[in-house]
Amino acid sequence: MTAPEGRSVGAASVTVRVVHYLNQFFAGAGGEDAAGSPPARHDGPVGPGRRLAQLLGDGFEVVATVSCGDDWAATTPGAADAIVDLAAEAAPDVVVAGPAFTSGRYGLACARVVAAAAARGLPAVASMHEDNPGLDEAGAVPVVASGPVARHMAASLDALAPAVVAVAAGQPVVEHRIGKVPRVAKLSRYNAAERAVHLLLARLHGDTAATEVPLPRFDSVTPAAPVADPGHALVALVTEGGLVPDANPDQLESARATKWLRYGFDDHGRGLAPGRYRSVHGGFSTVAANEDPNRIVPLDAARRLVDQGAIGRLHGEWLVTTGNGTSVGNARRFGVEWAGELRRLGVQAALLTAT
Amino acid sequence: MCNLVSIARRVGAPRIVPTRGIPWPAGDPSLPPAQEADWRERLLRTALAAVATHVEGPTVFEVAADE
Repeated sequence: MTAPEGRSVGAASVTVRVVHYLNQFFAGAGGEDAAGSPPARHDGPVGPGRRLAQLLGDGFEVVATVSCGDDWAATTPGAADAIVDLAAEAAPDVVVAGPAFTSGRYGLACARVVAAAAARGLPAVASMHEDNPGLDEAGAVPVVASGPVARHMAASLDALAPAVVAVAAGQPVVEHRIGKVPRVAKLSRYNAAERAVHLLLARLHGDTAATEVPLPRFDSVTPAAPVADPGHALVALVTEGGLVPDANPDQLESARATKWLRYGFDDHGRGLAPGRYRSVHGGFSTVAANEDPNRIVPLDAARRLVDQGAIGRLHGEWLVTTGNGTSVGNARRFGVEWAGELRRLGVQAALLTAT
Repeated sequence: MCNLVSIARRVGAPRIVPTRGIPWPAGDPSLPPAQEADWRERLLRTALAAVATHVEGPTVFEVAADE
């Protein structure tokens, strides 16, 4: 990114103009109740932006803050451009988004905002946890690692501030950088054959990580063969929506789940009765789910489909975990264990409700 | 069945059915109860059609619009 014409970045007499993007919660506009709010621009720093401004110090000014509801930002077509439009009104030299921690919608929004800003020639940088599912949408724009939760705000801002300085100066971001890093041409004293042999020798000595080209993070999943006739199949309902019996007897966590659980359907009812179950998922407002638990585990509709012959048989329990800041390692393990367990039970298809 | 389809694609989920909201994957509280029940059934039917369909990679199956 070239510095805007006419400005000498870092020169004593010219202040770098920073616009900060935050979600509704960190902007103080409300919690899940405000997740649908459209973008709004505020003068100066807001919330954590104040600490960021302090860390950036002289020579930088957070001239404006754009905030937006997480749902609006993550699901409205053109959201990122609408947010950058507002940011652009304050004539920024740099756009900063986050820290988003492990919040999926917020991380997605931050990644798209900085990507949209960069597409318009605006230097930008985002901050989120390396497990944030939105990370890859930042493309080539620098993203720095934050802690996993808001409790780590101070340390996360400490890591973000130097990255803002670097981006504003057109320098590469190196410290705490996560996500895709664009390739840079470098002259090596060893030719490719020599480097390949060095890597092979490293492998033989037990270094399984050394590589010149990191493989992409995308998961490659071999799709299961289709079920010939669901009307004759045994089907299971599974969820990461955290739906458990009301007392949460096995203490399923609201975030960073370390376990998964299984609960039998009560065969007396046609569906899951409100009041007897609740969602413990900490990543969204569970009011609607608790009013009607079938919104998370659709037992009532599944039973009707069995009656109508669209499903052969419904497995008599649901498998559940909480998909909120779940570590990739745990999530992968849960999936493997679910597949093994369902296969052992003769289940042929699993319908997952994800939140 | 999920709301953030781009994330499902990225993690390689082979069969994806878009839902109407993160807090209600199998619901739609903006609808009166009878219509919400109908939506839930159509969502599950779409999911069943998806598991009965051969796919090569992440594939999105949209629930057909209301009649």
